[in-house]
This record gives sequence, C-alpha cells and structure tokens, in this order.
Amino acid sequence: MEIAANDISQTLCQSVAEAAGLGRPLQLCGSGSKEFFGRRATGTRLDLTAHRGVINYEPRELVITVRAGTRLAELESLLAAEGQMLAFEPPHFGPSATLGGSAACGLSGPRRPYAGALRDFVLGVTLINGRGERLRFGGEVMKNVAGYDLSRLMVGAMGSLGLLLDVSLKVLPLPETERTLVQACTEEQAIERMNRLAGTPLPLTGAVYDGLQLYLRLSGSEPGVVAAQTRLGGEVLADGSGFWRRVRELEHPFFDSSSANGPDNGRPLWRLSISPGSPPLGLPGRQFIDWGGAQRWLIIEQPGEQPTEQLAERLRAVAVQHGGHAQLFRGGDRNGAVNHPLPGPLMQLHQQLKLAFDPQGIFNPGRLYPEF
Amino acid sequence: MDHTPRVNPSVDPSVDKPGLIKALRQILPAQRILHEREALRPYECDGLSAYRQVPLLVVLPDDAEQVRRVMQCCHERGVPVVARGAATGLSGGALPLADGVLLSLARLNRILHIDPLNRTARVQPGVRNLAISQAVEGLELYYAPDPSSQIACTIGGNVAENSGGVHCLKYGLTVHNVLQLKLVTAAGELVTLGAEALDAPGFDLPALLIGSEGMLGIVVEVLVKLLPTPERAQVLLAAFDDVSKAANAVGDVIAAGIIPAGLEMMDGLAIRAAEDFVHAGYPVDAEAILLCELDGANEEVSAHLARVRQQLLDSGATEVRTAENEEQRALFWKGRKSAFPAVGRISPDYYCMDGTVPRKRLAEVLLETSRLSAHYQLPVANVFHAGDGNLHPLILYDANRPGELKRAEDLGAEILELCVRVGGTITGEHGVGHEKIHQMCVQFNAAELAQFHAVKRAFDPHGLLNPGKAVPQPRHCSEYKALGSDTLTPPSARDQDARDQDARDHGA
Repeated sequence: MEIAANDISQTLCQSVAEAAGLGRPLQLCGSGSKEFFGRRATGTRLDLTAHRGVINYEPRELVITVRAGTRLAELESLLAAEGQMLAFEPPHFGPSATLGGSAACGLSGPRRPYAGALRDFVLGVTLINGRGERLRFGGEVMKNVAGYDLSRLMVGAMGSLGLLLDVSLKVLPLPETERTLVQACTEEQAIERMNRLAGTPLPLTGAVYDGLQLYLRLSGSEPGVVAAQTRLGGEVLADGSGFWRRVRELEHPFFDSSSANGPDNGRPLWRLSISPGSPPLGLPGRQFIDWGGAQRWLIIEQPGEQPTEQLAERLRAVAVQHGGHAQLFRGGDRNGAVNHPLPGPLMQLHQQLKLAFDPQGIFNPGRLYPEF
Repeated sequence: MDHTPRVNPSVDPSVDKPGLIKALRQILPAQRILHEREALRPYECDGLSAYRQVPLLVVLPDDAEQVRRVMQCCHERGVPVVARGAATGLSGGALPLADGVLLSLARLNRILHIDPLNRTARVQPGVRNLAISQAVEGLELYYAPDPSSQIACTIGGNVAENSGGVHCLKYGLTVHNVLQLKLVTAAGELVTLGAEALDAPGFDLPALLIGSEGMLGIVVEVLVKLLPTPERAQVLLAAFDDVSKAANAVGDVIAAGIIPAGLEMMDGLAIRAAEDFVHAGYPVDAEAILLCELDGANEEVSAHLARVRQQLLDSGATEVRTAENEEQRALFWKGRKSAFPAVGRISPDYYCMDGTVPRKRLAEVLLETSRLSAHYQLPVANVFHAGDGNLHPLILYDANRPGELKRAEDLGAEILELCVRVGGTITGEHGVGHEKIHQMCVQFNAAELAQFHAVKRAFDPHGLLNPGKAVPQPRHCSEYKALGSDTLTPPSARDQDARDQDARDHGA
C-alpha cells in the first residue's frame, strides 16, 4: 500500500539520532520552494519529501492528517474533490511545495484575517525532536487542551524545534460562491474602508489595495453574497479567483521587480505586519496592502538611497510604532537580520525553548535567528 | 482514605512564613496579604470542590508591577505560586499548595482600551469574559469564546485553560481570539508575546501559553480580538427518539457543508432536568435534542435554515422547531445554559467530565457511557458541544454516601480512557489541572511527557509555577499503570473527615 511504503519516519529518526550524537547540524528540506525565506540554511541536507501521503481524511470530521512531504497542490485537489479547502489559503511559491514546508514557514494567504492563519487550523502534529524521539501532540479532534500546545508552536518555527512528520488540520467547506468587487480610491480611504467593513457582519474574505484600487472578496451562500454585493457596490472583477491566487503567490505585477527574474536578481521585498487600521505609513518605495491592512508589502525601487541597515532600522521602527514588526521577506542579504530582532528576555526564552527540543542545536541552525 | 496532602512533595516544606509575609509587605499593603486561616479558607478550592487545600498565603495585587514583584520575591525564596482568576475552573487547576502562595488576579479587573477600528480590546486578566462583550455591545462587536461560566470566569483564566464555549466550532477557542499577552515569568520578568498585528516574529508563544494552565507564566494583560455581531442568529431545536440518531445527525449537518455557530446536544435526563428548572419548552418525551444555531447575514441564515432543517428531518428527527422570535431563541438557550445547575437540583453532587472524540464516534461513546453508568450504578446526564465532539458527561452522585465520590471518579476515569481509545482526548476545554493528571499517562508516552517537562523548565527552571499540575511525573505514570486505574485516586482527593483532620493538624 502506498501509504505504508511512503513512511520513512524510522529512517528519519535514525538520521536525527545520529546527527545528534555527532552534533552535526541538519538542514531540513522539503521541495525547496521556500528556500528564499528566512535566513540562509546551513548543515547537511535531509530530504523529507519521500515521507508523504494522506494518513487519514474524513470529510465529515472536517479533519485531514497528512505526512509533511505531501505536496500542497495534491492535498488541495483532494480536498476540493470533497468540496472542502484549507481556509488559510497557503501560498505555494512553487508547484512542488509541501505541507511540511508551509507549516514550518507558517505562511497564510489573503483569507487569513477572516478565516484564520495556518496555526489556527493545526489540530495536532507528529514530530521528531532533537534527540531523535518520535512524539505526537494534539490530535484529530477540534478541541484538545491535554498538555501544552506544542503543535501550534511548530508553526513558523522554521524547523528549528523539530522535524515535522505529519500534521492534522481542520478543513472547511468551500464557499458556495465568491465574488470580488473593485473600487478606485486612495490608500487612506482603502485602509479606512477595509477596517470599517471588517467590523460589520459581511461575508468578507479578502481585502487588498494595489495602490490604485480596493479589492474586496465576498464568500458564502449565493443569497448572502448577492445581498452584500448590493450593499457594497463597486465593479465585479471577472477573474476573481485568478486575482487572489496571484496575490497569494506574490505573482501580482506589483511583486515583479522583487522576484528572482526582476532587476539585480530582485529588489528586496519587505513585509510589515502591523495593526490593520494603521494609517498610510509614508515610507519610500511602493506598497501593496493585504490582510485588510494588517500586511503591507514594500519594495524600494531606488536602492542605494539609504544604507541597507539604516533602512531596515527605519522600517522596524515604523512597524513597532504600529504595533507590529518588519521582515525582509525575500531578497537582500539572507545572512543578515531578516527577521525582526527580539528583545533580550524574549530571545532568552527562545533559546531555552530551542534547548528543550533540540539540545544539540542540530535543526536548521541560524535559519530563524543567528542566536540558535 | 487517601491522605496525601502534599500535592507536590518536591517543594521544600520549611517555608519561612513570617519572613515571606514581611517581604511581601514591602510590595503590597497589609490588607492585600491574607494569612489567617479563616481568611484563607475561601481560596481552598476552585470549581472542582472535591479537592481542597488551604494555601500558605493569599496575595491580591492591584497591578502588573505588584505581580512582577511578588513573583520576584517568591522566586528569590523558592516559594511556589498558584495563580487564580475567578476560580470557576473545573479541573482543580487553581487548587492551592499548602506551602505556596495563591496569587489572585481578581483585582486586575480593568478594561484598559477598546479600539473599534482595529477591533481589539486590551484588558487585565481579572476582567470577566462577559464584561468584554458587554463593554463593546454599542459598537456591534463582541468577544467570541463564551464558556458557560462566562458571567463569572475571567479572561486570565480563559487564557490559562484555552476556554471554548458554545460557539467555538465556528469562531474558535481562546487561542484563536487572542492577539497578545503580557506575561510575568517565574523569575519576575515582564515579557510581551504576540502583537497588535496578526503575527509576531519568532516562535508562536501566545499559542504555547494559551492553555498552559498557569505553568509557564502569569498573564497580566491580554489583547483580544473582537468580532462583528452577526446580523441575525436563528436557532433550530430538533427532537429525536434515539440518542444515536441525534449523534449521527451532528455529522450529517456538518457534512452538508454548513458550519453552525453552535451545535449542542442534550440527552433525556438533561432535557427533563432543564425543563423542570427553566421551562424552556423542550419536548420532555424526547431521548435527545439538538440545538443548532445559524448566524451571519440575514439572507445567508435564511438559506442555511431551510437546508439544515431538511437535513435534521432526513437524519431522523421526529420534530424540528425554529425559534419564532428572539425570546424563544433566548429560552431555547437558557435551557441549555442552565443544564448544569438543573442537574444539580436532581442530585446532591455531580461530577463534570470533558473528553472530546471524533464526531463519528459520538453515538458509540454515548452508548458505552450509558453501559458504564449502569455498571457503576450512577446516573449520567449528557449536555455537550456536539459539533466539536466535546462531551460533558455529568456523573450524578452523593458525596455523603460512603464510597460514591470514589465510584464517580472511577467512572469518570473510565469515560476519559474510552475517549482516548476512540482517538479523542481526556480534556477538550476544562484542562488537566489536578483532576486528570493520571489520565495524562494514558494519552501521552514517557518521551512526550518528558518533552512537556523540558518546555516547562525553559520557562520555569525551578518549578515554582503551579507545580504538580497538568503534566505528571514519569514515576507517577509508571505507578498508575502498574496499579491500574481503580486503585488510585488523584493525589489529594479527600473527604470532609480528612479535611477536618487536616485543619486539626494545622492547629486551626
């Protein structure tokens, strides 16, 4: 049976135990679609893509458990066949993207502010810790508070706490219908409107501003969406689903100059995660607003105006002022401070947690922060 | 009778109480430090009153800075600390320690800031759950998690337990509705976890802290998300002549592609108790009812109502009623929300369990529970969050009859182990606390428990925060497994005689 044949967890446990014994760092690898993300990886590559397959899927239970090496595209088409979806709308960044990589990076798409993030849908994980022990936390039920929530802790940890073997996720029904409405407005108006509408009972599932127009996505039953559409006005976008896919994948023309095919192998792409109602930030460069105002993408087209570190400091200060943080999402110096620095006591907690899971420091050292 | 008052034997018993009081008086006014036995008595238990322990001291700080200094002081002296909100918890998570400080956060009860545009509220931990929704009602916003104790329970306690409620199938648990925490560590340091943004750099520490039962830090401030009040909410009441049909209907509704805002089930015993108590208009001859709430935009609710109604009939409902107006809707819910006290009227005592199972196993687990109920000769009423598969069997017993509490505990333990066996968990929303510490050994193996302990040490290397709760020691598990479940009661379960004996021992 395919599902049994594609279980390489024993081999992986051995590899980890061996690496721990030798104190030899490992670079945990899925398809490599998100290698650009985070700090540069070091260590011996350990390929996890062979550990794949759906362990359990019961549409009635709204739960799916899949091995980390399973391709995201495969998973999504399986769900779609049953009229279900991953409501956090994960970006793929490549045709072979795996669920494990998505979970480790903790990335969610435009639906995030309304439906929740990847971490919100994680019900349980099986992982290998830095001692080579296979551990299961959480489960396949909707509510579970037995023991600390170590499953969600893995999300966004960039593989630094454990090697993910499988993940159980809550899934949701696909909306009956979706419609995208477009309206020209200023940045200030867009931010105000996105946030005001999010505070009203509308079936809103996406809100972005591309610098010229505000795009609002409505999802739900046909009568509900029609009623909301009547209330909101605006023009209906013909290829709504294509638009949101391009936003999710950072393939919207806004991002062109920051892609590897762009000028100078791509301009640095900054991500400012801030409180959604923050007014226009008045920063240099171009901005694209997603997540109803809570995620602001920034590309500075004229490099050299300001030394990189000085610019980074400025972006971080602005993000902090608006209750959030700044991250060098793509491009730039991947050996530098790509993630927002942590205050001392918080960094200390991170380092202690790292030791609790991975005492030899073998998992993806330096990928999240240079300190561990 | 089991007489093991020390919940955590590893803590040094020789705490210098006068010295500690003197040090705390540098931090807090004298009236915020309780140390006389009669003043301490009200703090001896939480909502799980079968387990009691008078603490060494109770402190009642007024602000986060005092909390920080109290923690620093206790840390320096190696004194363990148990945090307490409104003490509505049902797993003994706030059970005090004989040689520890009970830290009440009840006085930190201010709503600090409401941000309508960003839809957040910044509150202190002692703010009551319902008070948040009441404070933002005029903005047509609300705080979604609604545990049945929401009139009394505090947001700090909700964070500690990752509380759910009736509406969490659609709107999530505490972990889905909290953005940021300010935390005082075991060493008395203030750290901020999470952000006003939707995510924060580094590890997802709010996710780790929420549901950690006061073992990793003391929460002194919480930033919660607020949701828009739905335009319309409508309740359906479906009656069934068979518990299994009702249980299977739960999965059928969800399989139809609709996520109800709430999907609750009550069995015959619970229906009749609730009806006698509040006259909700429930069909008293039914073997089970489902309450299904649909909410959202007006048109959306209308479309879903018709579909769910038909689905319930197709699944074997003998009758489906739609609440005709807001009063009837409130009445349908009143019956559900008062079901616990209603059961309290027909039995001197009841013991509430909290296992969660996959929805498809509901019918089987309910049948097995009723078999166990007959075997132990104790009635069990079922009132629960069916949509989440989160069971709340209420075991009816009389603590004044010798041996009945023990029998209720054993029956409860069997039900929880049954939940684990069918792929579920021993606790969906009440926490492990002191109560379910044995059953943790059934759900997790030694390496997993060791990983929990390692995480605990990362935050609290000296084991001063709520020691002995939530995660059992490996030694404890090997004893439990070797002896079998019916020979061990939780470590400090004691009846009134033992409590009186304890009082005499302490010279009260």
